This record gives sequence, C-alpha cells and structure tokens, in this order.
Amino acid sequence: MKGYQAGSYDVIVVGAGHAGVEAGLAAARMGAKTLMLTISLEGVAFMPCNPSVGGPAKGVVVREIDALGGEMGHNIDKTYIQMRMLNTRKGPAVRALRAQADKQLYQRAMKETIEETENLTLRQGMVERLIVEDGICRGVVVATGAEYRAKSVVLTTGVYLKGKIIIGELEYESGPNNMQASVHLSENLHQLGFDMVRFKTGTPPRVNGRTVDYSKTEIQPGDDAPLSFSYDTTTFVKDQIPCWLTYTSPETHQIIRDNLGRSPIYSGAIVGTGPRYCPSIETKVVRFSDKSRHQLFLEPEGKETREVYVDGLSTSMPEEIQRKMLETIPGLEKAEMMRPGYAIEYDALVPTQLWPSLETKKISGLFTAGQINGTSGYEEAAGQGLMGGINAARKALGKDPVILDRAQAYIGVLIDDLVTKGTKEPYRLLTSRAEYRLLLRHDNADLRLTELGHQIGLIPEKRYQRFLIKKEQIRQERERFTRISIRPTEHTDKLLKEKGAAPISEPVRAEHLLKRPELGYDDVAGLMPEPGWKVPADVREQVEIQIKYEGYISKQLQQVEKMKRMEKKKIPKDLDYSVIDGIATEARQKLDKVQPISVGQASRVSGVNPSDIAILLVYLEQGRLARKTG
Amino acid sequence: MRSKAYIIRLMRKGVIKLDYEDTIAAISTPVGEGAISIVRMSGPEAIQVGDRLFRGKRPLSQVKTHTIHYGKMIDPENGKAVETVMVSVMKKPNSYTREDIVEINCHGGLNSVNRILGLILDQDVRMAEPGEFTKRAFLNGRIDLSQAEAVMDLIRAKTDRAMDVAMSQMEGRLSTLVRGLRKQLLDILAAVEVNIDYPEYDDAEVVTGEILRDRSAAVRNHIDQVLSTARQGKILREGLSTAIIGRPNVGKSSLLNHLIHENKAIVTDIPGTTRDIIEDYVNIRGVPLKLIDTAGIRETTDEVEKIGVARSRSALANADLILFLLNAHEPLADDDRRLFQAIGNTPAIILLNKTDLPQKIEIEEVNRLAAHRSVIRLSLKNEQGVEKLEDAINTLFFDRNLSANHEEAYVSNVRHIALLKTARSALSDAITAADQGLPVDLAQIDVKRAWDTLGEIIGETVSDSLINELFSKFCLGK
Repeated sequence: MKGYQAGSYDVIVVGAGHAGVEAGLAAARMGAKTLMLTISLEGVAFMPCNPSVGGPAKGVVVREIDALGGEMGHNIDKTYIQMRMLNTRKGPAVRALRAQADKQLYQRAMKETIEETENLTLRQGMVERLIVEDGICRGVVVATGAEYRAKSVVLTTGVYLKGKIIIGELEYESGPNNMQASVHLSENLHQLGFDMVRFKTGTPPRVNGRTVDYSKTEIQPGDDAPLSFSYDTTTFVKDQIPCWLTYTSPETHQIIRDNLGRSPIYSGAIVGTGPRYCPSIETKVVRFSDKSRHQLFLEPEGKETREVYVDGLSTSMPEEIQRKMLETIPGLEKAEMMRPGYAIEYDALVPTQLWPSLETKKISGLFTAGQINGTSGYEEAAGQGLMGGINAARKALGKDPVILDRAQAYIGVLIDDLVTKGTKEPYRLLTSRAEYRLLLRHDNADLRLTELGHQIGLIPEKRYQRFLIKKEQIRQERERFTRISIRPTEHTDKLLKEKGAAPISEPVRAEHLLKRPELGYDDVAGLMPEPGWKVPADVREQVEIQIKYEGYISKQLQQVEKMKRMEKKKIPKDLDYSVIDGIATEARQKLDKVQPISVGQASRVSGVNPSDIAILLVYLEQGRLARKTG
Repeated sequence: MRSKAYIIRLMRKGVIKLDYEDTIAAISTPVGEGAISIVRMSGPEAIQVGDRLFRGKRPLSQVKTHTIHYGKMIDPENGKAVETVMVSVMKKPNSYTREDIVEINCHGGLNSVNRILGLILDQDVRMAEPGEFTKRAFLNGRIDLSQAEAVMDLIRAKTDRAMDVAMSQMEGRLSTLVRGLRKQLLDILAAVEVNIDYPEYDDAEVVTGEILRDRSAAVRNHIDQVLSTARQGKILREGLSTAIIGRPNVGKSSLLNHLIHENKAIVTDIPGTTRDIIEDYVNIRGVPLKLIDTAGIRETTDEVEKIGVARSRSALANADLILFLLNAHEPLADDDRRLFQAIGNTPAIILLNKTDLPQKIEIEEVNRLAAHRSVIRLSLKNEQGVEKLEDAINTLFFDRNLSANHEEAYVSNVRHIALLKTARSALSDAITAADQGLPVDLAQIDVKRAWDTLGEIIGETVSDSLINELFSKFCLGK
C-alpha cells in the first residue's frame, strides 16, 4: 500500500467505542486538534452487550464522568427507555442509578455530538500500525495508506484486537457483532514489545419480543421519580419501557449438561480468560449445579425495535443448542431467536505497563484506555477513555497529567487497580474494590470532581457557577442545622412519636435530631422556621447525608489522610530495586515491573509486603538523608 | 552493615511493621518504685491525647516545644484528677522520633505510672513494641544506620524474642483461631457485598442489621475470651510475679542478690534524685520481675537458711514465674520432688546450682520431672549460667503465654494484643451502628476494618480474597 501524509493532529484516538468517544470529545473540548479513527462509523458508541448503563459502582462512574465534563451521562439521559435507582433501602454510599438504553438512539445521539464538536474529526479507517520514533509515538498508519501525525495517540480498541467469535464449533475472525476485527495493530503492539494477554467475554442470544409470552414473567418497571445521570439534565423520559424477569428451568440445565462436549469453554476451544462476574450460563450450571434455576432478565434493546436481550443467558453453545435452551425457558418457549449468543476472544494489554496517567511506560505519547487495558463494561471503558483523552491532550499541550486517587473517584480506584495490580480476568468495578466507598457516593460526584473538571477545562463556566451556588447552599443549610435548636413542644412530640422516635425534654440542635435514624431532612426541617429560600432537593439530600453519616464520613476521611501521606512519598522514576537489600525477590520483581510512582502505590502491588515497604521507606529515607548531608 | 541486616530481618518477620502513622506509648523508665517514672507517647495524636488527659495552665497544643508543664492528669470518664504530673512536650521534627512526643513525669510508684499508661492506652494509643521509639526515629531519618546500630543492640534481646513469638505463634493455634474468626467475618462481608453489587440477585441471604450485629457480637465474644487470657500487658505494667524456691541452702539469696546487683535495674536516672535501689523489682532485659517474698529470703543467710518447703509453697500461690533452685552437688531430696509437684502448671525454670562442684544429682530424673521446662546449669559462685537464665526468662515471657491455663492461652505478643483490641473495638462500632439502625453497608465498614486488622496478625490483608469469596460463593451474572 502506497502511503501518503494525511495530516497532523494534537491527539489521535483509535477507536470510537465508549472509551474512544470520551477520549476524543475530552481532547477536542480541551482545545486539542483531535482525530478519531474507527473501523466503521456504524460502530460509534455501540453497545454489543447488554443495553444498559450504570448499576452499583458503574453508575457512580457515569456520574463521575459527568462531573468531569464527559459525555456518557448526557448521552444516556437523552436515550434511556427506563431508569431505576438501585439499593434504595441501603445506605447512601451504595445507591446507584441504572438505565436501560435505546441502543440505536444511544449511538446516533453520541455520533451527532461528536460530529457537532469543534476540533474533532471523526473518520472511518482501520489503523494498522503506530509510527514510533526513538520510543515516542508520533502517529498512526491506516490501511488505506493514510499516515497521520500526532503529539499523542490514544488506543481504545475494545475487543477488536485479533477478535475471534466462537459459537459452538463455529469460529471466525471478527470484532463484536460481526464487525471487522483488527489484526495488524495487535501484531504491531507485540513487535513494539508490549505484553499482551488473551481475554474472553460473551453475550447472550437476542429474541423477538413479539414472540415472548410476558404473562409467564414478572414485570420490572422503571422508577416513576425523575432520575438522571447528568447534573445538567432537566428533561426526563415519560413513557418508560419495562424489563421482565424469568428463569432458566431444570430442562435448560439438562440440555446444557447433555451438550457440554460441544461447549467451546469445556472443549478447550476457548483459551482466553473470561470474567467470573459475568459467567456464561454453561459455567453457572456446571459450577453451581445445586441451583435449579437462574435469573434471566428480558431487556428491550430500544423503542424502535422488538429485539430483546436475554440477560443472564450469555453463552457460546452451538446455535442449535441455544435455540433448544430458549424453548425451555418460561415465556420464551415460542420465542424467535434473532441473533445467537457468542463468545469473543481478543488481545488486551497487560495494564501494569501503564503509568497512572494511562500513558504506556514503553512508548512516550502512547495512551491506552478501555477494554484494551483488560477491563470490561461500558462505564469502565468510558471512565478510562475520559482520563486517557484528558492526559493525551495535556501531554500534547505540554501539561502534567491528571491522576485521580482512590479517595477521589471510582475511576481512580479502577485505574490504580489496573496499573498497580494488573488483572487476571476482564476487570469489573465492584463497590468492594473501593476502600472509601462512603466518600465515593453517586450523590456527591459533582462535589468531588466538578472543581477539577473546571480546572481541566471540561466544565463550562455556566455550569461551574451553578455548582458553586449549590455548594454554597449546602454550606448555608448545614450551618442552619447547626445553629437552630428544636424546642420540646407538643407539636415536636407528636411528630417524633409518629416517626417512632423518642421525645425530647430540652432543646436539641437540629443536626443532632437529624442524626436519628428514624428522622429525615424533611421531618426535622418541618420543625424549624422557614429558611426564607427554597432549598433544592439535591441540597436537602446532601445536607441529610452529610449530617447523618458524619461519624463514618470523618472516620473515612481520617483513613484517607493516612493514605495520602503514603501517596505523597514519591519514588524516583529510575529507582533500581536490585540495589535495595532485603526486599523479597518476588516483591522486587513486581516493583521493577510496576514501577510505582509513590510508596502508597508500591504498597498496593500484589506480592509486596509491609516489610518490603518498610525497607523501601528506609532506603528512600537514607537516600534523602545522604543527599541532604552529602 | 550488621544492624541493617538485623533491622531488615525484623521487618521481614513482621516485628518491625510499617505502622508508624499511629501513636504509641510506653513506660520509658525502668519499672519499679523509683522516685519518678516517665510515660512517653509518640505519634501524630500524642499532643491531642495529652490534651484530653492533662489539665495545666494551658493546653499542650498551645505550648512551645521543649517545655515542661505542671498540672494534673484527669480521667476523661469522670473528669477527676488522677495524678499530679510534669508534662514535657517535644514537637516534631525536633524530637527523638521526629514525631510529636509527650512525656509524662509522675510519681515513681507502680500504681501511678500504670494508671497513667492505662488512661493513655484507652485513648486509642497503642502500646509500643520493644525498640519502637528507636525504630521510628530511624524510619523518620532522625538517626542514621550506624547510630541506630548502637541503640538497636540495646533492644535486640527483646525484639529477637518478640520475633520468635511472631513466628511460633504464626504456625500455632493463634493463627488457626484468627483464620476462623476471619472466615466468620468474611461470610458477613461477602453476603453484604452481594446484596450491594447485585441487588437483584435473589439467592443471597439479605443481611439485616440484626444478623450483622449478632454475628459480629459472636466474633467479638471470642476475641474477648482470647484477650482475657492475654496477660502480657498486665505483666509489662505490673511486673512478672516471680518466686525463687528451693530447699534451704540451695542458693536462693545468692540468686536474688545476683539478679538485683547485676541488673542494677531499679535505679532512677533523673538527675538530682537519689539513686535508690528498689529491691523487690528487677528488670531482665526489659522484662520486669517482681520478686515475691524477697524479704523472707533475706532474713537468713545461705548457711543457716531456715526457710524451707513451707515458705516456698506460700510464695508459689501468687507467682507468674517460678525459679526453682536445685543443688547439683547433692542427690535429689524428697522435698525437691514435692516442690516439683507443687509447681503444677505455673511456668518455671529449673536451675541446677553449684555446678562448680562435682555433680551428684540424678540428672535424668531432674529432666523427667522438669518435662518441657528449661533446665539451666548454674554456678552462682562462679557467676556462670546467669546469662542463660536471663535468656530463658525472656523466652518464657515473649514466647509462651505465662498463664496458668495453657489450653486457653493464645496471645502473649504486644502487637497481637493491640491488633486484637483494635479488631474488637471495630466490631463494637459495627454493633453500635447496627443497634442505631444505621444501614448495613455502613456497619459493614467496621466489620471490614475488624477483618483487615485480624488479617494483620497473620499477614493477610489482601482484599482480593473478598472478591474471590463473592464469586466462589454466589452465582452472579448481571
């Protein structure tokens, strides 16, 4: 192929999935001249798996993306067909939003946003290799011969790298949903010296909703309350579409057991490592053989399609078996399968080869984000894409990277886990991965990150001003609760009694009353004089949470302080661990590989013990001492 | 450099641990009835804790560094004055540890100093491990390795013991016990996590506040039992009640004099005070011994010792440790055999004295009667073997639990006790939270803390095991 010079940019983003679109939009909005290349324009923001966004931990990520000026929250708010708040009966730290998306609408809306964005060029093209000179990434070469130059490049290749679809005995090279796979780029990365792993994921069959007997299933409607991911959203979808719950049957399990020999997972055809939290139905049946049924959620894929996603039935069984399985499921006996489920194997980069900025250690100016880093999930991809895009643009514009820490955002937890610990399976965020989840709530993502988003240049001034007003309102309202005391009156007694709370005998400060588990903001505010202004719902919510859980919040803040002290102890980039006596061999090898930037990060590397850290500290301390005195 | 290797070895074995973010305290003067005792506190909370307990002209947070202040220690529970004290404040970084240090100078009596240390330890301050002030000084760059060497040598004996304890307990019952407790906590944690991360998953038990409280309380009770057998803290504060027993004329008072004079322990080092010797207490390489009935031994001389088996028996009743002297120059007497029986389960060290003379004692029988106890050959006359005795006392103190009932005993290590206490208080927090009706996922934070803390005892804190538990136990997939 004859090459030609096709132009130069500040940032090139390779891929336009959930990571790619955030990376491209962020870079362009920050003022970087940005090119986004994708194998197919039909693949922009495509959801090849379940038609939903959010959920525990993931929903918080979407809010964080929004607070930092990313797009996912906006886009799902425009295109959802159902929205629910999960974990409402639990504490505020674990509440989460989840939306069912209209898949096609989601893609169209995102594509339009990209097309409307200044500084951003969206172009179809298969990137075959990187242009690397002296360890610095200078651009990319496309299959058509086009050579693009750039100051930084972000790879967001999803599952396309050497993608292979497997359905029973059928195997073929493919990206998700029969998109074209990318073969050369993976080889190029291998040649450049990157360690790659083979991962696997899968998706269930889709059926035609017209042929589903919903009377045999349970309805799962959305919430009536107006909900949104973005702090910007003011309009809400009215006519929501429900999901439906059904179950596998003993017959389904029997079919699976009878045909395990034809399952690529058990026949050895699949070599990639799959995620434990999203197992195929055959894995569930084998590993949890005592369970007589498994939940299946029937999720519509959009408003203008009857296609229904059978969540929970992810499988790579032969098509014939998949159809037999469907026939044994209540409500799906007569369902027409529209697409079979499949497993897909792909190449991913070992993410410990990245700095926390998502720049590769090996090649300067090259960033990677999303599934290529071994994660799974749209939200995980988008969060990384946003940070990769931000840091690629900052690099191109000559600025220091922005790194979120574990107490700042789930995105920080995600990236720190990846670059510090790596992952042996496709990585999914879980609330239990966060040490400070009471701080990383979905309700306070704006309070945590808007300031930063504004500094980066992704939060417009108008929105920032609105945020500052909200912050001030929270402060004032909290102050009011500290200042005002509730006096014991008949009225007070009556209300406390109604709520099942003990009466008061002397004046009690409003904030103390609010700490009682039986009482909410509205109850206590009802006993106080009017504030003279209308307190918005989100301010009321913040005040309630901040006051009610103050004890726990301050406890976690103390732990964060402790953590931050260790994060502040920086490790020189060129530190030679082989000269440090006493660090165990395993720890030495791991530290050598991960090259943590701080003692805090070093302490989270698996295989590194507190004693290794103590020795490392001694070593760094001695070095500092020597420099000072010598 | 030897000391560096040594420190590294301690770190490797987990004796020196990376936890110098917390505040520690210890009695920094030898235990005993000196004129003045000093309790030293070091760490980020030292001054705050000091202010909670000290009432002087001004709060310690407002005084200049390196100043000393007159005032009273109070019990924050009831606000009552406990002791009149002088408190000195040395602010970081110009202190020995390069942390904030508060030193409380109080009356030398054991009761005073114990009470003050007790008040401090109630404020979430941890008891310092042997040599820990020095370790901090070192890690904070206060002293360099060669300087540290000298100080480290001083604490070597103690820490070596502690290290061995860490190892021997690691393989033993403590680790089995801790693993069991952690498993119970992990079950709670995993169930709560599943409820959170997979709210629609219908096959997991919904953990209510009551369930969490009851299960946490069960684990806490177990920790309480374990802690009730942990006597080392008490011993460190009050001294190890030690009886020297044996037939007349076997060398009891020689041993007593030797221990007292060789260890010169109970001497106050405060300039201007009398260098008194308090005879009832000796400090054997950091292990305080409170010698029982020394007066009784002193009343007589070796030659015409009148105190016999009866007197020894009475001393036995209160002893944590028995030093049982035998005369190697004579065959075993019936009284010796009776004393062996009288020792019962109390930890004891058997001493064969007068080994400078020809041996006549039936050594096989002695060994048989001694069973698992150490038998040490001694010649007090030639001052031989005392070193070994001191070793043995140290071993007993750090290595084994000096509790009469060995079946119940699990912990003797200061670090382990501190961790168990932390875990216990985390569980108490969880129980309180559940009682107050706070959401389970909040109370769970405390359970997780307890679980992490217990993990530190056996060196397992990797939270990945929680995620592994989730996926092995529950069939998840949305």
